[in-house]
Amino acid sequence: MEWEYSPAPESSAIADIKDRYLPFIDGTFKEGNGEDRETINPGTAKRLSTVSTVNEADIDRAVNAARQAYENVWSDMSGAERGKFLFRIARGIAERSRELAVVETLDNGKPIKETRDFDVPAAAQHFFYHAGWADKLQHLGLGPAPRPLGVAGQVIPWNFPLLMAAWKIAPALAAGNTVVIKPAETTPLSILVLAEIIADADLPPGVVNIVTGAGDVGSTLVNHRGIDKVAFTGSTAVGRRIQRELAGTGRKITLELGGKGANIIFDDAAQDQAVEGIINGIFFNQGQVCCAGSRLLVQESIAEEFTERLKQRIETLRVGDPMDKNTDVGAINSEAQLDRITALMKAGIAEGAELWSSSCPLPKNGFYLSPSIFTNATPSMRIAREEIFGPVLTTMTFRTPDEAVSKANNSPYGLSAGVWTEKGSRAMGMAAALRAGVIWDNTFNRFDPAASFGGYKESGFGREGGPSGLAAYLDTDDEVVTQ
Amino acid sequence: MSHLAVTKTYKLFIGGAFPRSESGRTYQARDDDGNFMANAALASRKDLRDAVVAARKGYAAWSKATAYNRGQVIYRLAEMLESRKAEFVELIMISTGASTKTATAEVNASIDRLVHYAGWTDKLAAVLGSSNPVSSPYFSYSTPEATGVVGILAPTGTPLLGLISVIAPVITGGNACVAVAAEHDPCVAITFAEVIATSDVPAGVINILTGKITELAPHLAGHADVNALDLTGADAELRTSLEQSASETVKRVYVPKGVPDFTAAPGIARLRAFLEIKTVWHPTGALSLSGGTAY
Amino acid sequence: MSSVPRQARDLSVVPTADLPTHLADATANDVSLRRFLFGLPGVDPVGIEQRAAGLATRSIKRTSKLAAIDLAISMVDLTTLEGADTPGKVRNLARKAMLPDPDYPEIPRAAAICVYPDMVPTAVTELKGSGVKVASVATAFPSGRSSLEVKLADTKIAVDGGADEIDMVIDRGAFLAGLYGSVFDQIVAIKKTCGSARLKVILETGELATYDNVRRASWLALLAGADFIKTSTGKISPAATLPVVHVMLQTVKDWKAQTGEQRAVKAAGGIRTAKDAIRYLVAVHEVAGPEWLDPDYFRFGASSVLNDLIMQRRAQLDGHYSGADYVTVD
Repeated sequence: MEWEYSPAPESSAIADIKDRYLPFIDGTFKEGNGEDRETINPGTAKRLSTVSTVNEADIDRAVNAARQAYENVWSDMSGAERGKFLFRIARGIAERSRELAVVETLDNGKPIKETRDFDVPAAAQHFFYHAGWADKLQHLGLGPAPRPLGVAGQVIPWNFPLLMAAWKIAPALAAGNTVVIKPAETTPLSILVLAEIIADADLPPGVVNIVTGAGDVGSTLVNHRGIDKVAFTGSTAVGRRIQRELAGTGRKITLELGGKGANIIFDDAAQDQAVEGIINGIFFNQGQVCCAGSRLLVQESIAEEFTERLKQRIETLRVGDPMDKNTDVGAINSEAQLDRITALMKAGIAEGAELWSSSCPLPKNGFYLSPSIFTNATPSMRIAREEIFGPVLTTMTFRTPDEAVSKANNSPYGLSAGVWTEKGSRAMGMAAALRAGVIWDNTFNRFDPAASFGGYKESGFGREGGPSGLAAYLDTDDEVVTQ
Repeated sequence: MSHLAVTKTYKLFIGGAFPRSESGRTYQARDDDGNFMANAALASRKDLRDAVVAARKGYAAWSKATAYNRGQVIYRLAEMLESRKAEFVELIMISTGASTKTATAEVNASIDRLVHYAGWTDKLAAVLGSSNPVSSPYFSYSTPEATGVVGILAPTGTPLLGLISVIAPVITGGNACVAVAAEHDPCVAITFAEVIATSDVPAGVINILTGKITELAPHLAGHADVNALDLTGADAELRTSLEQSASETVKRVYVPKGVPDFTAAPGIARLRAFLEIKTVWHPTGALSLSGGTAY
Repeated sequence: MSSVPRQARDLSVVPTADLPTHLADATANDVSLRRFLFGLPGVDPVGIEQRAAGLATRSIKRTSKLAAIDLAISMVDLTTLEGADTPGKVRNLARKAMLPDPDYPEIPRAAAICVYPDMVPTAVTELKGSGVKVASVATAFPSGRSSLEVKLADTKIAVDGGADEIDMVIDRGAFLAGLYGSVFDQIVAIKKTCGSARLKVILETGELATYDNVRRASWLALLAGADFIKTSTGKISPAATLPVVHVMLQTVKDWKAQTGEQRAVKAAGGIRTAKDAIRYLVAVHEVAGPEWLDPDYFRFGASSVLNDLIMQRRAQLDGHYSGADYVTVD
């Protein structure tokens, strides 16, 4: 029979994409005084909408609004009351979840399957989890009455726009802070729908402010004197710069930066599931994930057979219209990102690694890339050391568990690692030995608000989620500049 | 006939040994009245480099020790210090001009401080770690781990209590350190190094350099094999340039609020500052096929 | 009665002597068999259930949906295995298998009907010339708890009665006691008795209880000459599930990669709706491959699912939902 999957397109009508979106400051959507920016649908490379951006004066207004809200309203409110606002927001996200999923897919390019089943539900859960902490801060082990820091300035990336907004806003508010947050310039829409939800929840004006714009806006925000705390998720290069700019200011920072996660397959791994784990590790969200399993370390004794299985499985991945429910791999977020990825791929070929790409057809329009593997890579190649941030896996082998640990840890990054073995003692031993903030045994890319997430070394410092994530937004007796 | 004292040479403490500075330089330690006390080693950046190498080795050994074992070692530090109390009281009195009462109080507080941290090693995971109730079929836990090698700028003021209060929390969490002692109290620092050397602390876990903070600190802050910094002993201007330098390698930086009062209870900020939280996920499979999704 | 004559196919199993060495060696004795089975990669239960659930969200193109429904219908082994079965019941079943929806004569026929050995002659008579096969359970179905002599005799009754296919059960007690050689030998003996009839080997996965056991039992059955590996008797729960069938599909795929030979899978029990059936077809397509989308290589052991398939087929053709009164009960 002719076996064909739909296009089974989710209707985009529910997203109700407006022609123009406005920044959200002091409880209202108001024109910014910066230049308008267009946002593109990466799935089609066509214009999606226009966003009004902010200038310095607007940022001042936003910080001021956050300050006023903090001093006059939010810090006076009981934790229980703050929690109830966060519960409302969680519910609001759940209620408008389909709309949010479609907006996110149109603006980011990731498959509707992912936004529907992961991004949006996880965002709702994040608010729900932190809502419950708001009146229980005395149980964090930080003293009987930890105080909020004040106004937090937050800058988030384009790879999980709504979820990153939740990861930043929820703990900050639960701890009693107010926020001024800047979404990435290529993905400003979903957070502005969240702003509607926040407004509908009657959150006091100024508690959450959303300033739109590009890198300059982010820079102005994090350097603003009215900010007590900076939280940044993005590239290591920018993170370093922020840490440098804030030196000596006494402002607290947390950074969640890049990674080059090692996915380690032992000869006794449950192979079929390990293949799924590799796929998930590097092709989920088109590989545009800080904690992606972008290095495959496979035990040499099974390397050939395993790589063959992997390729066969990759061939079944469907790359296509992100709005199609059957799409596994969507579009790369922007043309610029696509160029960065292909440049690194060229470097890999020049360095002598062997490139294999899936033969899946790609849509004609939009920013798409075939899922690819580099084999015969060595640790000294750029593709083995630098973050590619795309659907490209670099494969290397190892002989013994010690060698696997040594190779996995041999990186300035330290965000994530995966371990695939059926042997419990080895799983536990590897988890202890790997220098990474998140270790996934026999799985990958699992996230939960109760489980802290963050990096070692140049993957950043500070954690998000769990009790340690909340600690970043609280003042204790001793002042800690980082973490 | 009165006894002619055999004066002590104060050298650096690196890798469990007491080498002179490779630069051969020394500087004069003076007592509170300005009298010559001793020639202390003036550490160079090469000494610092060696110290970091020693610390990285020490960290490898220290991180293999159980928390219980680390607690026992830190407790032994307290035992050794207690047994040499009189010596330290005298040294502090000479070095800082403190009264017997004040010096004694400082040494007592230092001993108690070590005992306090000895009791922390096997409790950090319980207080800072967690079992995470994730909403998917996994067992997930988060646990604190040492960040690695910490560069410490010791405070001026109380030379023994200050030094111990910045070093102890760092090693309690399993880190190794390179501490730059307060410039004007090298003798107290190096005498304490003797206590360290006799307390079963693995070589390299604690390294103490004496010399100029302004000369050494920048190399510490820029060193790519140092994971974190405690800038307590640096003034505001130096702190800023050190924090800038630290950003190159995304170091974790600890700066105390105001001037710390080391006689007060220490809290846990210094412990938390040098710990990484590691989260692990492990599948908990259903024990039979009926746990699966039946279609 | 619609049927497109099927091209003759050689569906016979390669004798052990022609297997690649590592597989032939595995069956040399009990010890080597155990070593082989325990050397197979494990199955992570959480991972496989997630993959199966993920595949279940695939949706088929509308124009392909009708083809998928028709394919599913053509893969049904319409089954009655009750103590109360009578010749009348079996005759009704046979008629239904030949023409599932009389109002739509172009509807494909079912692949087979599945009955107890003593009902085989009735079925054979009724289905003569129709192209619908007669499958019979055997070997002290469903428990498998009897002597080899009884099991062989049971099989012979079905074969002599004219059965095209034999659905045997493995000795789960022996398997769980680690007597893999005994399980193996029983299958080999039954296979011999089958003659030209194709042998389906029922693993009764619900009693095997772990995915690792399902993988091992699947390989064991293939090594012993099974034409089909089948999930369940349908008499206990859990019966067929997507993750279990996933493991079995992976096994036949690996078998083909290693021997060049294509063996078949049957999912039985617990498949009630057309939606379920199509989910299984998606799994077949994505895990094993399109070559298995064929009644010779994949079957549904079911009874109630046929009516839901018929109703969904009508919905596709009529453009509105159907109702239970429009499809026959028997």
